[in-house]
Amino acid sequence: MEKKTNKTSLLNLYLAFARIGLFTFGGGYAMLPMLERECVDRYGWTTRDELLNYFAIGQCTPGVIAVNTATFIGMTERGLLGAAMTTLGVVTPSLVIISIIATLLSNFAHIAAVQHAFAGIRVAIGVLIINAVIKLIKQNKKNMLNAISIAICVLSFLTVVFFDLSPVFVVIAAAVVGLAFGKKEEDNK
Amino acid sequence: MIFLTLFIEFFKIGLFAIGGGLATIPFLYELAAKYDWLTPSQLADIIAVAESTPGPIGINCATYAGYNAAGVPGAIAATLSLVLPSFIIIVIISKFLSKYNENTLVQRTFSVLRPAATGLIAASGWTVVNDAVFKLSSKTALFASTDIKAVILFAVLLIFTNIKKFKKLHPLVSIGIAAAVGITFKF
Repeated sequence: MEKKTNKTSLLNLYLAFARIGLFTFGGGYAMLPMLERECVDRYGWTTRDELLNYFAIGQCTPGVIAVNTATFIGMTERGLLGAAMTTLGVVTPSLVIISIIATLLSNFAHIAAVQHAFAGIRVAIGVLIINAVIKLIKQNKKNMLNAISIAICVLSFLTVVFFDLSPVFVVIAAAVVGLAFGKKEEDNK
Repeated sequence: MIFLTLFIEFFKIGLFAIGGGLATIPFLYELAAKYDWLTPSQLADIIAVAESTPGPIGINCATYAGYNAAGVPGAIAATLSLVLPSFIIIVIISKFLSKYNENTLVQRTFSVLRPAATGLIAASGWTVVNDAVFKLSSKTALFASTDIKAVILFAVLLIFTNIKKFKKLHPLVSIGIAAAVGITFKF
């Protein structure tokens, strides 16, 4: 990553996160592809590694993960004011869209075309999340592609999918294991 | 006063709903039981709308419930109150992290947290794919309710987005295609 010389503009932070809010469909990690696109690829505000840190923290702190991540990135870019911008940005589309729907289209969710469109969109979201996971693993070859990391990744997947345990439990367990046995990275790039 | 009630109730939800948007839903049912500006059947509609509009589901639910209680000002009050606790907490954690980022213990913790988080994201990917495409559940026979149209769309999109030429396309392209296909072929 190159060193930034200019400060990120507050307007850019607000607009980027308004776009992310606008194009996030579904909860939680559905926003990951958009976050990567805007914050890693387009602006270089963060790295995929850091995003994972934020997600892990967001998982066991209160609040919506999308908002937590927004606050984190705003905070690291421009401090408190930046955090306020990203947080307001990510909730603005919801406020506008929901208010319009609540006023005009009280039966919005029951319109056939809306239901069909969203059934299709959910398939695309699934594909996008899978691609995001593949990218996370590939781009972190150095950190991810050793046996232990893969084992941890698979174990946390299985714990949630097959044993129905809360992700909060997984994060806390991983943090404890990391504290005890984790290794320090020489280079965080 | 309704705005004070909204502030207190949604601040509480923001503080106690740990682990993302869907965690807010049980709290909203409590609200519906407690107040007359939100009924359980309205709440079912709210969740349906929240899931079929852009934006994080938890935020959408809060916005709609707030709107129900007091119009647009209510929507704004509920949404801002919902994000305030996590905003404060993340600002504090972020300050701490930037100070201790180089700390050995912090780095060791994250070296295990990152692969674990990757697994969690994969798990949520699986949940989404299963709900939208395979619809496997312990109650039905294997693949009995699998939607073949969804499987085809899934396979085509997965291949399409991994062709080198199209890898850099905006995620929105896939979402748009899928929405159009969904409407055309009545998913």
